[in-house]
Amino acid sequence: MAAAMAPMEQFAVKPLVEHPLFHLFGHAIYFTNQALWMFIVVGAISAFMMAAVSKRSLVPSRLQSMAEISYEFVNNMINSAAGDEGLKFFPFVFTIFMFVLFCNVLGILPGSFTVTSQIAVTFALAAFIILLVIATGFMRHGIGFLKLFVPKAPFVLLLLLVPIEIISFFTRPISLSVRLFANMLAGHTMLKVFAAFVIMLGGAGGILAFLSIAPFALIVAITALELLVAFLQAYVFAILTCIYLGEAINLHDHH
Amino acid sequence: MELAAAKMIGAGLACIALVGAGIGIGNVFGSYLSGALRNPGAAATQTTNLLLGFALCEATGLFGLVIALIILFT
Repeated sequence: MAAAMAPMEQFAVKPLVEHPLFHLFGHAIYFTNQALWMFIVVGAISAFMMAAVSKRSLVPSRLQSMAEISYEFVNNMINSAAGDEGLKFFPFVFTIFMFVLFCNVLGILPGSFTVTSQIAVTFALAAFIILLVIATGFMRHGIGFLKLFVPKAPFVLLLLLVPIEIISFFTRPISLSVRLFANMLAGHTMLKVFAAFVIMLGGAGGILAFLSIAPFALIVAITALELLVAFLQAYVFAILTCIYLGEAINLHDHH
Repeated sequence: MELAAAKMIGAGLACIALVGAGIGIGNVFGSYLSGALRNPGAAATQTTNLLLGFALCEATGLFGLVIALIILFT
């Protein structure tokens, strides 16, 4: 057989510059490939948005209408999940949505590094979101925010329901972060494994080299699926953020 | 048993979690389809719930897949 498969090497965070940039609390901070790709993502989003709104024509051009569509998309998302009060969080949700979307999509490029395939990055985002939800809830409702854990039910059921509600609230950041991380990890690992199959079959010679077209076709199909999953996971991350914020803002009243 | 063999078996067993993901996702989309064929006008209003349900279902299956990958590659 050819060389062993190493599909997880693409997720290694490597420093790009030999010397650490500075030291923080005893840890050396390096400029890594992850940091480089985060800069690239932010640069791409900024370039796209600034180029799109540079000419404010009433009848939008293609680029401007793409920016307007993404604006309206996030606006409708917040409106349906959190109501009018939630629109105050529009810059936050828009940033989260665009960051996760561009990170996911740019990670499909061959040779790139998928920032959201690191649990550190997704957990940082999810932890920040949950802290924001808790802070919003307490600032808006004071101690009454704890009524979120008490649904309308007879008292005997409440003895069982309240611990379940509390536990499910605190597993939200874990599920939010692991969902995004696992989707990105699984997709890219699958692509690398099929690529290894293509190399192995191609190197075997004879009829097997001809058969290597099959995993190659699969790679093309799975890349298309990965593009869909990238968009879907960004959408789900953003809509769950809106739902959690909506719960903190209007506790149990639904419109 | 050698460590490498145990890792392979462990990873294979952890992938059984994806059975639940498959059943769940099929359930979500099947319910959406049967509801949409009964009431096509209301189908568009539920696409948000459809995609949300699909992602939440897929996530639980992928939790198992992550454990399989961790077992296999570290």
